[in-house]
Amino acid sequence: MNIQVWVNEKGMEVDAESSVFLVRDAMKNDADIMILNGFPIQQDVLLQDKDRVILIKRGEIPCEEELESLMTARHTPGVHEKVKNAKVGIAGLGGLGSNIAIALARIGVGKLILVDFDIVEPSNLNRQQYFIKHIGMPKTEALKELLALIHPYIRVEIKTVYLDEDNIGACFGDTDIVVEAFDNPKSKACLVNTMLSTFPGRPIVAASGLAGYDSNNAIKTKKVMRNLYVTGDGVSEAAPGCGLMAPRVLIAAGHQANMVLRLILGEKEV
Amino acid sequence: MLVNGKEMQFDEAITIEALLIQLKLNEDRVVVEVNRQIIEKSKYGSTYLNSDDRVEIVSFVGGG
Repeated sequence: MNIQVWVNEKGMEVDAESSVFLVRDAMKNDADIMILNGFPIQQDVLLQDKDRVILIKRGEIPCEEELESLMTARHTPGVHEKVKNAKVGIAGLGGLGSNIAIALARIGVGKLILVDFDIVEPSNLNRQQYFIKHIGMPKTEALKELLALIHPYIRVEIKTVYLDEDNIGACFGDTDIVVEAFDNPKSKACLVNTMLSTFPGRPIVAASGLAGYDSNNAIKTKKVMRNLYVTGDGVSEAAPGCGLMAPRVLIAAGHQANMVLRLILGEKEV
Repeated sequence: MLVNGKEMQFDEAITIEALLIQLKLNEDRVVVEVNRQIIEKSKYGSTYLNSDDRVEIVSFVGGG
């Protein structure tokens, strides 16, 4: 009897008595990393129907058609198909937005629409994912360059504009989920108000309160309205005496990115 | 009325604008939902709240 398995994302039928090592020996005998259903294994295991096996030779840069599938080898099975079809808009590419974009690009979110009007300047570098060489460059262009280095197979659309009531709908009309990642609280409220009024069914993942170095665990993600999720401690405002720094900003960015992933996968609760 | 899940009572009808002032919230930084309906900022002054309304207010602080 045969079972259906996927090896490096190619579907095939193998004998029901086959093991991972047997498949490796037949298909890629120099592979030294074997990942079964998202988890690396050291010892041989009998294959079950619908298993997914990834065979990798450490350090080898695979051919283009294989690379995309190998990049998802550590995903939980079933995630890749959904994230690949997702379209996510990110408003603001500072400490939150640049980090969220990189997290979503790494997992292969199929389309990102990135919007920011500003250029990279030196005080951004304590928390934003840019390099010294990007100083003076629009954040949209700098981030697009970085994302192409991380994941060349996703689509990245950039808009270097100041977002307000008049252009939010046009920028984010064609999205599944929108991330609010601004610095300015008026812009945060404007984006959320405009999106929820214009597209009431569209989830928004926003942030409020992530400055300083107060406890990690004060940062929460809450579902505050039917389609509005807010990450942060709600009170730590960036202000004289309370700066914005990578560690806590990254905690919040991680919360927002994971909420986006949860929504893509149909999980509507926090 | 319920404001962010907490019961609040007022002696007379109150607008969203007046409620925000009472809660010391800046109207430029908030999102207000009444009975699951987003209210536009331009209508805060003319929208009166009823005693059986459910009001959700999110107020943003800066930083990102």
